[in-house]
Amino acid sequence: MITDHDIVVLGAGLAGMRAALEAARNGTSVAVVTKVHPLRSHSNAAQGGINAAIGEGDTWESHAFDTIKGSDYLADQDAVEIMCREAPADVMEFEHMGVIFYRNAEGKLGTRAFGGASQARTYFVGDITGQALLVTLYDQILKAGVKVYEEWFATSLYMEDGRCRGVVALEMITGELHLLRAKAVINGAGGVGRLYEPSTNALICTGDGYGLAYRAGAPLMDMEMVQYHPTTLAGSGFLMTEAARGEGAYLLNSEGDRFMKTYAPKMVELASRDVVSRSEATEIAAGRGIDGNVLLDLRHLGPEIVLKKLPQVHEMALDYLGLDMLKDPIPVRPGMHYMMGGVKTDANGATQVPGLYAAGEVACVSVHGGNRLGANSLLDTIVFGRHSGKHASEYVKTVPDSKGGERLLKSEQARISDLLARPYTGETHARLRLELATMMDKYVGVYRDEAGLEEALKKQQDLKKRYASVAVGDKGRVYNQALTFALELGYMIDVAETIIRSAILRKESRGAQARTDYPQRNDAEWLKHILVHFRGDKAPEITYLPVTITKWKPEARTY
Amino acid sequence: MEAGGSHVLMKFTIEVGRYNPEGTYADDAKQGAPYPAPWASSPPRRYQSYEVDLPEHAVVLDALIEIREYQDESVAVRCACRSAICGSCAMWVNGHAHLACKSKLQEFTKDGKTRVESPPSMPVIRDLVWDMKPFWDNHRRVTPWLENKPLPPPMQEYRVTNEAMEELIQEVTCISCGCCLMDCESFAVNKDFMGPHALAKAYRYAADPRDDETQKRLGEYSQQGGVWDCTHCFECVQQCPKGVEPLEQILKLRRMAVNAGYTHNAGTRHADAFAESVKHSGRLNELTLLPKSVGFFNVLGQLATLPSAFNMIRAGKLPPIIHKTIPGVKRIKAIFDRVGGRFK
Repeated sequence: MITDHDIVVLGAGLAGMRAALEAARNGTSVAVVTKVHPLRSHSNAAQGGINAAIGEGDTWESHAFDTIKGSDYLADQDAVEIMCREAPADVMEFEHMGVIFYRNAEGKLGTRAFGGASQARTYFVGDITGQALLVTLYDQILKAGVKVYEEWFATSLYMEDGRCRGVVALEMITGELHLLRAKAVINGAGGVGRLYEPSTNALICTGDGYGLAYRAGAPLMDMEMVQYHPTTLAGSGFLMTEAARGEGAYLLNSEGDRFMKTYAPKMVELASRDVVSRSEATEIAAGRGIDGNVLLDLRHLGPEIVLKKLPQVHEMALDYLGLDMLKDPIPVRPGMHYMMGGVKTDANGATQVPGLYAAGEVACVSVHGGNRLGANSLLDTIVFGRHSGKHASEYVKTVPDSKGGERLLKSEQARISDLLARPYTGETHARLRLELATMMDKYVGVYRDEAGLEEALKKQQDLKKRYASVAVGDKGRVYNQALTFALELGYMIDVAETIIRSAILRKESRGAQARTDYPQRNDAEWLKHILVHFRGDKAPEITYLPVTITKWKPEARTY
Repeated sequence: MEAGGSHVLMKFTIEVGRYNPEGTYADDAKQGAPYPAPWASSPPRRYQSYEVDLPEHAVVLDALIEIREYQDESVAVRCACRSAICGSCAMWVNGHAHLACKSKLQEFTKDGKTRVESPPSMPVIRDLVWDMKPFWDNHRRVTPWLENKPLPPPMQEYRVTNEAMEELIQEVTCISCGCCLMDCESFAVNKDFMGPHALAKAYRYAADPRDDETQKRLGEYSQQGGVWDCTHCFECVQQCPKGVEPLEQILKLRRMAVNAGYTHNAGTRHADAFAESVKHSGRLNELTLLPKSVGFFNVLGQLATLPSAFNMIRAGKLPPIIHKTIPGVKRIKAIFDRVGGRFK
């Protein structure tokens, strides 16, 4: 079936829904396509809060400086300025929409401290901030009458005369393939955490948005910058919010030492995430870990703080490890958490493909650079979600209706039929995905070197070949998840290549890219972005872009 | 999903309720796929057993993922976060609503197995994937957004106390998984009932000091299908995996509605008649309760309850025709006087 809208938004997390709301407010007909229900989006999992320089004595410049320093000077400073200037108004807007932020004694919004920040400027709802924002935003798009296609899986972007003109998507409940034609597409499809095992990310975070945009011709930028979160639960990799450390939790090694005093004497546990993750990895490698973990100790905080401000992580440690944070320290390790890189966009959310916008984790406006500060990701989604919604709704006024697309719809139908009909060879999406993900964690994780990265590329190329014979073990049409998992794996293998190739190229250590063979930051040669362009069957093409510096000159980074 | 590393593995048996509207996969044999076609004889639903090896603290969802990834790719199950945040994996586990990711296999293994299926009170799409349309339709029915009071000056928040915000957080922790609705006894027999989740959401907006439509909301929630259609079976409180206790929110809404003057409905009349009877005789007079609740002159309304009355007679549950006062009823009256309020 073919349906027409002004704008199609891909993904219904905070970035996608914020973009949709803005576009709807500007009078465009907007539809949201999501492979789950909007309230199942991974934005739900954001626990700690959202940053904004609202409080007295705080300034947007201070927020911007912390963000840029946190990024190890790889962030584009003009984009950071926009985000930090506009943060207070965006947070206030969510308060007006109904988010029940924590209040101080005067009844005003209250804050907590977060890593890498020189001021306590994180606004929060217990440790369910993402969920509270997401639900409120969903209720707002219901109010605004935005059309939502739930459980529709996007298989490709529709390009016409060099412009992005829509999305082909599989309606999972019927198995029917649809073409959603539009004048612009906003990609808010989220991250690719499942490319790593373990990861804090939900099983749905498979990088579909990166893969679709990359294949449609939009370059991916800073893909080597993969954030490991310092405190993920032993075994499962579930997120134990940074707010725990913000509220005063300690990190201990097997000898009971607060080892962060050695690595970051001033900020201790509240140094930036890359610094804390590396410190933990170093302790574990030196034999001062416990079964590959260190300990997160909250016992001294007392039940008042733990049960009121961190109830969800308290419950998770109890449920999944049987440990009570009030009595026991919790084993944690660095775990893959967030992609700083993504589809390159400008501050309007526009990518290099006309008609294609991107916002949220899938995008790289370049506000996080080499390392994202905690509580800046929610901010990124709502500020740049809003910008892309606004700009796209202006752009569509200049674009005529599309009439084509039947051919793409037919070829996509054929592609899926072929995949379903492929004979069984023993290759399954699940086995390949696990091989890919454990390989990425091993070679492209916290610490990297030339030999490991080359090994990773070899393995990735091999998996790419084997992927061509993956068969789908379910031949039905109704809710065929084996089919969608197999399609997801294709995106993941593409994204893995962009990460590995960029990591090989960047011969320095900056932010999340910690090369043991190049331990120093090298501003002379590497103060620049790496862009990866899809070139079909050939190896991707690499280009570079200078980092935009406005008023903060790169300097040594100490915490 | 990490299968456990160095942990000791245990054997678990999972019985999965299977359903596929397409029936058999005729193509399977032709393609040589090794996956069994589970619906060869094509009954509408059947149970299929799987054995999995998992660490001792594994949850039902770990087993389902293991099955789907390594034994039978045709098992359909929704899941995303695996940690009780996203609400995707609500299903029936051993005959009640649970999140599969929060249900420990050891605790749920009965007679050597754990049975999972889609809830019978909801339309099924395939296997463990059920249609949440009734859930979301009801969500929309309660006007689930703030109807703002005049906005504060630019760059300023509404000034409200932290206590007022904390009062709402119990509902805000709701992950919309649907466990409360799928086991709700009122909803099972009355599809017009908005359900625990929607009414909890209704409370969250009605009690928000930043909302300007509290009075109107309370009127709407007092209509048929609203707060008075809940029968206090406590299933929602029992099944909610996040401690939202929807019944608590419904009771708070009822109090708000009565205080706001919404007393001319079957629900409040029922409560009044209940209280009046107990105050008068120390016990419930079931014969007068019904006409007083529905309205004495509401003949049609009373006739509508006849089938239930016949069922009660058939089951031997007819209340005594002559209503007696209990001994010491004076003390009951004294209690009413002490409590005061509407029932004094």
